[in-house]
Amino acid sequence: MTPVLSFRNVWVEYGDHVVLEKVSLDVAPGAFVSIVGPSGAGKSTFLRLALGQEAPSRGEILLDGAPIPPEPGPDRGVVFQRYSVFPHMTVLQNVMFGARCDQAPFTGLLTGAARRQAKAEAVAILEQVGLSASLKAFPRALSGGMQQRLAIAQALITRPRILLLDEPFGALDPGVRLDMHELITGLWREHGLTILMVTHDIKEAFKLGTRVIAVDKRRHDPHAPHRYGSTAVYDFPLDDKQKTAIPREIAAMAGEA
Amino acid sequence: MRRLLNARPRGGGRLLLGLLPIAVLVLLYLVASQARHAENPRDKILPTPAAMAQSMQIMALQEDPRTGEIPLVADTKASLTRLGIAVAAAAATTLVLGLSIGLLPYARAGLGPLVATISVIPPIAVLPILFIVFGLGETAKIVLIFVGITPFMVRDLASHVAAIPEEQIVKAQTLGASTWLVALQVALPQAMPRLIDSVRFSLGPAWVFLISAEAIASDVGLGYRIFLVRRYLAMDIILPYVAWISLLAVIIDLLLLTWSRTAFRWAHAPGGRR
Repeated sequence: MTPVLSFRNVWVEYGDHVVLEKVSLDVAPGAFVSIVGPSGAGKSTFLRLALGQEAPSRGEILLDGAPIPPEPGPDRGVVFQRYSVFPHMTVLQNVMFGARCDQAPFTGLLTGAARRQAKAEAVAILEQVGLSASLKAFPRALSGGMQQRLAIAQALITRPRILLLDEPFGALDPGVRLDMHELITGLWREHGLTILMVTHDIKEAFKLGTRVIAVDKRRHDPHAPHRYGSTAVYDFPLDDKQKTAIPREIAAMAGEA
Repeated sequence: MRRLLNARPRGGGRLLLGLLPIAVLVLLYLVASQARHAENPRDKILPTPAAMAQSMQIMALQEDPRTGEIPLVADTKASLTRLGIAVAAAAATTLVLGLSIGLLPYARAGLGPLVATISVIPPIAVLPILFIVFGLGETAKIVLIFVGITPFMVRDLASHVAAIPEEQIVKAQTLGASTWLVALQVALPQAMPRLIDSVRFSLGPAWVFLISAEAIASDVGLGYRIFLVRRYLAMDIILPYVAWISLLAVIIDLLLLTWSRTAFRWAHAPGGRR
């Protein structure tokens, strides 16, 4: 089976500052991969690479076996920690935006049957994320958790090959975060999604992921800390999802996270 | 006792408090006017309200036998036309340039320094150039206002558009939006309330440029009239004209604010003061 997303010997360097080194990683279809690591280890660089916001200095990144385009596109959906939704559109308009871009590339406006179909699809997905009561609300009127639900619905409507989540629940209250865990797990199963999630919450990573990857520096030069970059130091498949205890090596990183 | 900075006026008290300084000023004027007239019944510097009303009756109700038009109406029409054309052109230019500079790195690199340079030129200093190039007609006056307010508006809008979170722009692209659609559907609607605000702030300078241009070379217009009657020390016309200009400015400002509040509801906090 071709991996949905693969990193092949990827390096990211800014001048002589190495951020990521020798990263090789295959994300299988249907996987829920969590990436954890201490702050500043380059977790978010992973997502920037996958999005095409940044290009690797060496190595290549493949989507379904082909090199990814060097800019964001509808084949890769994303949910950021904040600012993922458009403040000037209502909930419904936010979710319909994908269809508008796809079918009305010049005006961005839909009419007639196309509009009715896009609306029906948007309403259906909004129902799944529990927002059917606020179709006409503007994002500012929504709580943080509801905004993230909206951002997820908005990303799913274009049926991306892979869904990229950048600390998606990091700004939420603990109780809301638990609800969101249930929601994303449900959507992942139901839609057969492939998800790559960056988080600093190690418990969350193990709870949600089918595979947890820890990113950190393998080597450290105290006189030139910038000369060695991070790479995937641990890779735990959690196939049976029987929550094995969090490995001690990773638990140790929690203190720094 | 509560600290002064925590004591807030409420409801009617607040309105009364706002009217108080205005009432004091009007009263001061009336007292001073009375005093001057007691000394010299033909005083022209501080005319009485009755004298102002009488002069304005001539300006606002009687046709000028030479032009066949009512002066106040003709002046207002001429001035508002100049102001309207100039501000509309400035707003349209600002939308195009502000969105381009705010969104496109190439436009920012190419046009940013030019706009920044033009915006430091004092517009009145180029007025002679405008009169030489465009003649003494309407064009020069309109261009002066345009040149005076556009650079500031472009810079303001460009920085506002550039401050749209990167996440939103990336998200739009992951939903399939092209550069054009990001500009049209993401940046433009978010730029509009800011543009309206920017027009509101620019109207002050716009009036200054309008009246300056009218004072120097014109045969009709509110600024023209004020500077014309200044030769006769006609404070009984100048003062009501200034009041009329202020009233027009306030009305335009309120119209713009109302437009922004109704058309871009999402940008205004519910019950907020923006």
